[in-house]
Amino acid sequence: MTNRLPMRWHALLLLTLLLPFAALAQRQGLEIDIVGGNASALPITIVPMPYQGSASAPQTDVASIIRADLERSGQFRTLPEANIVERPTRGAEIQYPTWRTLRQDYIVVGRVLDAGDGGYRVEYELFDVARQQRLLGLALTARANAMRDVAHQIADAIYEKILGVRGAFWTRIAYITQVGTGGNARYALMVADSDGFNPQTVVRSSEPLLSPAWSPDGQRLAYVSFERGNSSIYIQNITTGARELVASFRGINGSPAFSPDGRRLALTLSRSGNPEIYVMDLGSKALTQLTNHFGIDTEPTWSADGASVYFTSDRGGRPQVYRVAATGGGATRVTFDGTYNATPTVSFDGKKIAVAQGSGNTYRIALMDSSLGSPRWSMLSPGSLDESPSFAPNASMLLYAAREGGRGVLYAVSADARVRQRLVLADGDVRSPAWSPYRNSR
Amino acid sequence: MNTATRVLLVSLFSTAVLAGCKSKAVQDTPPPATTPPPTTTPAPSTSGLYGPDDLDRDECLRQRVVYFDLDQDSLKPEFQAIVGCHAKYLRDRPSARINLEGNADERGSREYNLGLGERRGNAVSSALQANGGSGSQLTVISYGEERPVCTESNESCWQRNRRVEIVYTAR
Repeated sequence: MTNRLPMRWHALLLLTLLLPFAALAQRQGLEIDIVGGNASALPITIVPMPYQGSASAPQTDVASIIRADLERSGQFRTLPEANIVERPTRGAEIQYPTWRTLRQDYIVVGRVLDAGDGGYRVEYELFDVARQQRLLGLALTARANAMRDVAHQIADAIYEKILGVRGAFWTRIAYITQVGTGGNARYALMVADSDGFNPQTVVRSSEPLLSPAWSPDGQRLAYVSFERGNSSIYIQNITTGARELVASFRGINGSPAFSPDGRRLALTLSRSGNPEIYVMDLGSKALTQLTNHFGIDTEPTWSADGASVYFTSDRGGRPQVYRVAATGGGATRVTFDGTYNATPTVSFDGKKIAVAQGSGNTYRIALMDSSLGSPRWSMLSPGSLDESPSFAPNASMLLYAAREGGRGVLYAVSADARVRQRLVLADGDVRSPAWSPYRNSR
Repeated sequence: MNTATRVLLVSLFSTAVLAGCKSKAVQDTPPPATTPPPTTTPAPSTSGLYGPDDLDRDECLRQRVVYFDLDQDSLKPEFQAIVGCHAKYLRDRPSARINLEGNADERGSREYNLGLGERRGNAVSSALQANGGSGSQLTVISYGEERPVCTESNESCWQRNRRVEIVYTAR
């Protein structure tokens, strides 16, 4: 499916749009590059987990995936594999003095076994080095092609056991890619694992795509497409490929955002002549208008309880973040620092709001943290054209888009700004990232 | 009509356009007064009305892009003449239809820039209507920053992207 002749592209585009994305695996991947570090992060060793079965060994190096997950969270500092001098695979084999000498707080050991039907069973244990105490001992089974999922789930379990916060490694990201420019531009809505691996095409188009947004069950994506000439909003099931046109009014149809219960969609429409925030009941398609102002009101995003909607408005002259009740009414200004604050993303607990903050020609991702009462601001990115922040479901990290060397790239940054990881598509531009909700356990 | 007269009429016309709200006066002027500005243009057809071929021939009508300043949606004076001749075309050809494609540069958020592009499209739409075009002939489409003509991150490139393109969907 991926090796079509260019001449057949147009004829097959419509067909392609209707096919489930699972059939459209992309060849290009994302490069991974950690650009920072955190000296106060917790030292942990993930010992390689050898295959001890009798069939063929898995292609996936489970331990290295766990290591990379924990490292890029900013909360852990993993021992490089070259420095792992002993290779225990069970708790009883751990020589604690070795790991104390290496100043490790935690150690994870494990092994990969056969599970029948060509699948594998990964058994692993997490130990506290100082107390020589087992904190976790679990086993997961999976088919060979799901071993990366297993590794991310193990990383999530370790993260939660040590930090008391649910891990968000076993999640996905959606983003838009563009290859070519002008009339030759080709766009795609993609979904990949949270570390950028396993990219899959959801939709291809010869017209611009933007603003993907996840449904709370992680099964559907809402997005904006210009395939009909003007902007319009579609909702697509990423497993079946079925999709529905939900908004194609005169003027702008933009910024879709699912409510936390998945029954409503906040969106921007300018059918009245000016961009306003609306909420659409996805069952009846009935619209409720939340804002009514001559300024540009756009980029709605829901609070976790679904009671209010944050949005960008230039009603005060320049773009700032405001909040309005999800039933409508008066809007309250939320951001006061900086002359340009747009594209809000709100943490699950509502305490943190990240925005694209502009100052002159520099746009950076800024975090407004109200955990301790009055808002404290910090910068999460260096600029200069950073945009589209999106919180992980546990708010430990964010995705954002940047431009580097004339191309669009994605970064994942820890919420303390200490570790950034670049995800670069091998060919073309990448942008408009959206971090998925948690996935349900298999 | 000699050249001096044409120049005078052109300047009168431009003044009327610049006045904006006085567009009624333009309509009331005898047909020769609304002759399009460029002196290099071939003499208009005997009726003084624009025809479809003028979209390819007429120096003014061939200009289809209006540029804007940073974060601005107000029409700059140098583009009033372009708006004037396209408005006359719409008056002369009631069946003509125009899409006004609003665009923004890459700075700032993509969805906000959709709003900015629409504002610019609306500004050109209003100016065309103020000069006698009909709202039913005009459709504003905003592409925000999604359709750049220049992809470098510098001001000379950005200013080429802050634009409204006048696209005839029916001549």
